[in-house]
Amino acid sequence: MVLFIIFCPIIAAILIMVGMPARKTALAASVLTFLAAGFLLASFGHGQSGFQHVTSFTISREWRLSFTTGIDGLSLIMVLLATIVTVAAVWFAGAIERYENAFYACLLFISGGAIGAFASIDLFFFYAFHELALIPTFLLIGIWGSGNRAAAAWKITIYLAIGSFILLLGLILLYQSVPAASRSFDIRALQTAASAGQITADAQRHIYLLLLIGFGILVSLFPFHTWAPEAYASAPAPAAMLHAGVLKKFGLYGLLRLAVPLLPEGARHWTNLLVILLLGNIIYVGLVTIAQKRLDWMLGYSSVMHMGYIFLGIASAGILGVTGAAVLMFAHGLSIALLFALAGELRQRTGTLVFDELGGLAKVMPFAGLAFGFGAFAAVGLPGLANFAGEIMIFFGAFKNGWVMDSFHIFQIATVLALWGVVISTVYMLRAYRKMFMGTVSERWKQLLDLRLALRVPVALLVGALLCYGFFPQSFVRVVAPRFRTYLSANR
Amino acid sequence: MMRITAPELEIAVLVLGMVILLVETFATKIDKRILAFAAIAGLAIVLLASFFVAPSPSPDQATGFWSFYTADRLSIFFKQFALVTTIFVLIMMADYAPVVRRSFPGAAPQSGLGEFLTLPIFTCLGLMYLVSAIDFVFIFVSLELVTISFYVLVSFTRRNPITLEAGTKYLVLSALSTAFLVYGIAWIFGVTGQTNLYRLTEALANPAINHNAALLGMGFVLVALGFKIAAVPFQIWVPDVYQGAPTPVTAYLSVGSKAAGFVVLLRVLQPFLVLPETQRLVVLIALLTLIYGNLAALPQANLKRLLAYSSIAHAGYLLIGVVCFDVRAVSFYLVAYLLMTLLSFAVLIIVAQQTGEEISDFDGLARRSPFLAFAMLIGMVSLAGVPFTAGFLGKFYIFYAAVLQRQVALVVVGVLTVGCGFYYYLKVVRAMYWQSTTNIAKIPVNGLSRLAISALILCTIWFGIYPQPILDALKR
Repeated sequence: MVLFIIFCPIIAAILIMVGMPARKTALAASVLTFLAAGFLLASFGHGQSGFQHVTSFTISREWRLSFTTGIDGLSLIMVLLATIVTVAAVWFAGAIERYENAFYACLLFISGGAIGAFASIDLFFFYAFHELALIPTFLLIGIWGSGNRAAAAWKITIYLAIGSFILLLGLILLYQSVPAASRSFDIRALQTAASAGQITADAQRHIYLLLLIGFGILVSLFPFHTWAPEAYASAPAPAAMLHAGVLKKFGLYGLLRLAVPLLPEGARHWTNLLVILLLGNIIYVGLVTIAQKRLDWMLGYSSVMHMGYIFLGIASAGILGVTGAAVLMFAHGLSIALLFALAGELRQRTGTLVFDELGGLAKVMPFAGLAFGFGAFAAVGLPGLANFAGEIMIFFGAFKNGWVMDSFHIFQIATVLALWGVVISTVYMLRAYRKMFMGTVSERWKQLLDLRLALRVPVALLVGALLCYGFFPQSFVRVVAPRFRTYLSANR
Repeated sequence: MMRITAPELEIAVLVLGMVILLVETFATKIDKRILAFAAIAGLAIVLLASFFVAPSPSPDQATGFWSFYTADRLSIFFKQFALVTTIFVLIMMADYAPVVRRSFPGAAPQSGLGEFLTLPIFTCLGLMYLVSAIDFVFIFVSLELVTISFYVLVSFTRRNPITLEAGTKYLVLSALSTAFLVYGIAWIFGVTGQTNLYRLTEALANPAINHNAALLGMGFVLVALGFKIAAVPFQIWVPDVYQGAPTPVTAYLSVGSKAAGFVVLLRVLQPFLVLPETQRLVVLIALLTLIYGNLAALPQANLKRLLAYSSIAHAGYLLIGVVCFDVRAVSFYLVAYLLMTLLSFAVLIIVAQQTGEEISDFDGLARRSPFLAFAMLIGMVSLAGVPFTAGFLGKFYIFYAAVLQRQVALVVVGVLTVGCGFYYYLKVVRAMYWQSTTNIAKIPVNGLSRLAISALILCTIWFGIYPQPILDALKR
């Protein structure tokens, strides 16, 4: 089942490149994977902390390298997020003028790569699948992007290539840090070795720093974030949806999967650094976001800013905060995908995303206005939408975090400052909403039509998922928490 | 079944070369490209036979012929490597034949073509001997066989002033490096009284000998080999010669000559590893090569020149493997390098005959020939080091070895330069897929080239996912 979910998009992408009708195949494949992921969720054994649905093919006995896939609570929800956003992104893509086949193939490659990375238990494939998804992202921005697309594509390519190779170094060091007899690419084996204390404290500090920088560049941790807004502003909407919504979560997923459970000493050592950097994300980038005059740039910066909250949850290393981080990863993926989708649609209809040129659009496009409202309020963290559940867990979790701190308690200061971030995001989101959807309609936009019925389906899917997990976060926590409980208690 | 021994492979190649040369001389009426196909078929048979050669562990105390010739796994593997390279180069040369013909205006329609297609066989012979050589004298002789046939090949289309310049540069600098090699061998022989590499190891372990003098000799040998593998600061000839030489010859130089150079380097350095200065020296060369090759490649606009600088850059990564003395990592990287470099050159030859060699000549290739554009895409992403291609695994093994030995400086510089690599390799991808062009003429690809390119694409991806066959072939 897991294999089907990974390879369905990839095979569909290859079929599309060979000449199958692009849109139909892509849509069918993405819906199929979505249904399969739903089936996985339904058949998921709750309360177990190990991996389920494990399949394994040996690649190299000598290196103990094998293609092993399987899911636990954390990877299940990431796979679910990936399939939901893929359906929405493919649905929103519509007709493409140039190289339609290649466009859809790229989207499916991103999706398959992301799912493969989330469902791999083997370090090597965990890394390789993510890289597989990055290349089409570069192509999508470079070929189908808007604005200054070449520059944006270059920037993201160089940043992420260097980030991935730093990450690769960290992973190689991690593999070599255990004694030769128990060396393995299998994350479960590494976990056993780490629990047995086979990774020295010194090695943990080095590896954690490398992983933090590597993953940090991929997730746009301050100060490595400058590639993100530009890339998202230029990317075609489906690419921005998939990258900001799903692929970027790979770095956070990696921290949760590897850095925190395997390297507790490293995590402890670098906590202060991480907290300072993530405050840069929340406060500094938050203020930069307020200064934006275009919707696409504002959304790009806001997605960078919200990563700060997730980092805060991960840094807190308590069960509450880490679970909150997982919830917010999922919720942010949905809300940012929704916002980018609507922004892309607006750009196509109006040809501009500059706030001062728009206004009163809610009158002519009531459905789009409503949907944008849901997305914006979710991003702000309004109760009833999934982001709220994540953020409140993170704030409480960070305030009473898992570390034993001395007199100077950096987390409590950080949480207080981070709470101001909520105000900052309220300011820019509400302002954007007011400038675009409220006020008087100018003559230019009088004849604009609302979203077609067909386009309302993916919007409804995203909003529905946001509401569902906003009102029943427990159903979500039940899936994720057992995983964290085992390793957080094992490390104490 | 009859047992084949390793030297018989070389004899077979030699006979093949002679026969084809004779046919070329006497059968003047035939289409000379048939010679290329005959050579390909002959080399393919030798390649097949090479799989039945049982590798013999190299004995420390062999006498006679076997004291300068070894048939260990490494040498068998690189004999096959040389054969495969030559086969692909001959396929490219068949494609390139019209250019050679055009370069001899006024002469008989097929003049020169025969030699152009026969010389690679002798080069291949030299490469095969070279990878088996374990004695300085034999290394020198086989290296000369390779180099002299390259003198002719590099300047083959000599009416073209750029080619002539390339030929002269290669001749002069190559002769200079040979002089260094002989001088270095003389020093080493003078100090230790040995030319055989195994006996050299024992001699160097003797504390009575003058280590500084031996090191000086090794330094001179390193200069000569640095020239062959295009390591900084002996790389100055590379861009001009690569750009000026006929493209199949450039491909041959950058793959065959470099691979053999690395095998010799590994063999020659082994005895000297007891001297700690050796490693420091190679680390320094590797750092310079990585930085120079990658930075100089950034602004290039001519694809052939870009590939020349990229070949310097890859020599840098290979040198990381040499520093760590991980023979399998170096060998795997060379295989990956063979696949992706030949792939890029094969596409370049076909496209260059229609438009040109500048990167801008590749604008909109995706529309003109999706097949060639895809092949180039695979070649470039593999050179850049994207997972699921052989190029990535090559870098992975190299970095793995470097991290294991805690070569911090090499790893840091290596990672940063990989970032540069992404920039300049994807520049080609950008031209092919992102730029539009007014020229929309389709580019024809003949059947054999299509087959060869498809095979290279498949192998690049196959070894990027399942590298075990290569690693097994080298297992001791």
